[in-house]
Amino acid sequence: MNIPKVVEIKRVIQETDTVKTFIFDWPVKEEVPGQFMMIWNFEDEKPMSMSLIDPINNEMGFTIRNVGKFTESIHRMEAGDKLGIRGPYGRGFEIAGLKVLAVGGGVGMAPLAAFAEEASRMQVEVDLISAAATQDELLFMDRLDKTAELKACTDDGTYGFCGFGTELAEEVLKNNSYDMIVTCGPEVMMKKIVDLAEKHDIPAQFSMERYMKCAVGICGQCCVDDTGWRVCKEGPVFWSDEVRLIVEFGKYRRSAAGRKEMF
Amino acid sequence: MLETDICKIKMKNPTMLAAGIMGNTAASLNWAARSGAGAVVTKSFSMEANPGYSNPTTVEVTGGFINAIGLSNPGVEALKDELNKLDGSVPAVASIYGANSNEFQNVAIKIDGMVDMIELNVSCPHASGGCGSSIGQDPNATAKIVKAVKKEVNIPIIVKLTPNVTDLVEIAEAAQKAGCDALTLINSVGPGMRIDLETAQPILHNKFGGVSGPAIKPIALRCVYEVYEAVNVPIIGVGGIRDYKDSVEFLFAGASCVQIGTAVYYEGMDVFGDICQGLDKFMVSKDYSSVADMVGKAHRN
Repeated sequence: MNIPKVVEIKRVIQETDTVKTFIFDWPVKEEVPGQFMMIWNFEDEKPMSMSLIDPINNEMGFTIRNVGKFTESIHRMEAGDKLGIRGPYGRGFEIAGLKVLAVGGGVGMAPLAAFAEEASRMQVEVDLISAAATQDELLFMDRLDKTAELKACTDDGTYGFCGFGTELAEEVLKNNSYDMIVTCGPEVMMKKIVDLAEKHDIPAQFSMERYMKCAVGICGQCCVDDTGWRVCKEGPVFWSDEVRLIVEFGKYRRSAAGRKEMF
Repeated sequence: MLETDICKIKMKNPTMLAAGIMGNTAASLNWAARSGAGAVVTKSFSMEANPGYSNPTTVEVTGGFINAIGLSNPGVEALKDELNKLDGSVPAVASIYGANSNEFQNVAIKIDGMVDMIELNVSCPHASGGCGSSIGQDPNATAKIVKAVKKEVNIPIIVKLTPNVTDLVEIAEAAQKAGCDALTLINSVGPGMRIDLETAQPILHNKFGGVSGPAIKPIALRCVYEVYEAVNVPIIGVGGIRDYKDSVEFLFAGASCVQIGTAVYYEGMDVFGDICQGLDKFMVSKDYSSVADMVGKAHRN
């Protein structure tokens, strides 16, 4: 039944100055990395992809950057506070191949953390590029240290490779071969990663974010041009061979009213 | 065999995508057409952009959903860009709304000729600012808007009515008398609500929303049946239709064609093709040679 389930926050992890992870007890069943949930703070409801899916301890979590009114209200919450959660929704990442390159930009690392841990449980090797503006904003460096081969990069060079995630990916692809690439982050970054994947003839998956309302595939709010695919249903994860059909990818998205907003 | 027509507009089959389901972009309307819909109806739009209500805007209940999206739309100018990108494979209906006859007229004039028909939404149960069912619950207000739009445009005008009235026939007759070319019955029911047990808080941000889905089908069917006996204009049946059997019931009750909405959740976009396939088989097995032969059959027994 598509109704919010009200749950208590079990613990909160301060990841960076502006990013926190909120963890809940959750009966993990078929949740897939890359899928999302609708989070209800009793004022508004927004989609968030799961950054933690732990079938052993039955925990689930979201990693949220404080960017506005909604995220601010969640950032003020502590263990014991309640949120409504409904989902999981949509199509997540498919885990396939023996060796995968994952590229996460900023808080786009959230679903990739869940992905890397699930892939690791399935004996799939993951090289994970974690990109951030500066060292203090790098996510999950400790948590994923033993799960994936971490390759950090910062725009300002304060830690790891100096430059964008796309530049490090280009370097890494020169000397390594991968069965698949997965990426989540700013759409312009993902567009470049998908182009790179195509150049190297590696299948890629990317995760799109669009304004959402019903999240169950009926209201049409998150439909993309030109296929009409619903990000909440056919997505949010798409394959690189589908990207040519999503003409708005990397170019524009629609507001709550449905007006086009260029990236 | 499934070919039919409404207001002299030919349809390859009697299914339409209902207003408010997908339908805010050409891409999603074209997808519905590719999936087998005989016609497509846009999400309701107005002169100016409207972001609608805050989330949660949709919640599930036994037998369907409650929604209070709040008539969000990018405004008529942005919608015109979308209408220009329709693939033209099936007739397109523009659903429009406003608070008064002037607003309806202005939007209708902008799109006259860009679509095959206009559906007047005077029935949204969760609209604010004098839009939606506050018009459709009043026969005089309904008639005034129908007349005003009819005067300004050349394409057929459909009026979508709300079941949330004491006497639907009175409103239907008023719309017909005012010159509408067809009626769509019904908009979502209620409004209804759902309350969270943990927090004792209404789940929808707007508290109340329109009830749709299989639970409202018996009500929709009764509305079609009742209005069919009172009016001469064709009726488009909508409300809880999920499969060909539901569609047949609506045709028998007096609908000339049917709209599919919430069933897109239950059955996916294949619902149009599936209904057509089932309907085709049913017609062969029962010896019906056309959709029109079935329309109103329940009244002849």
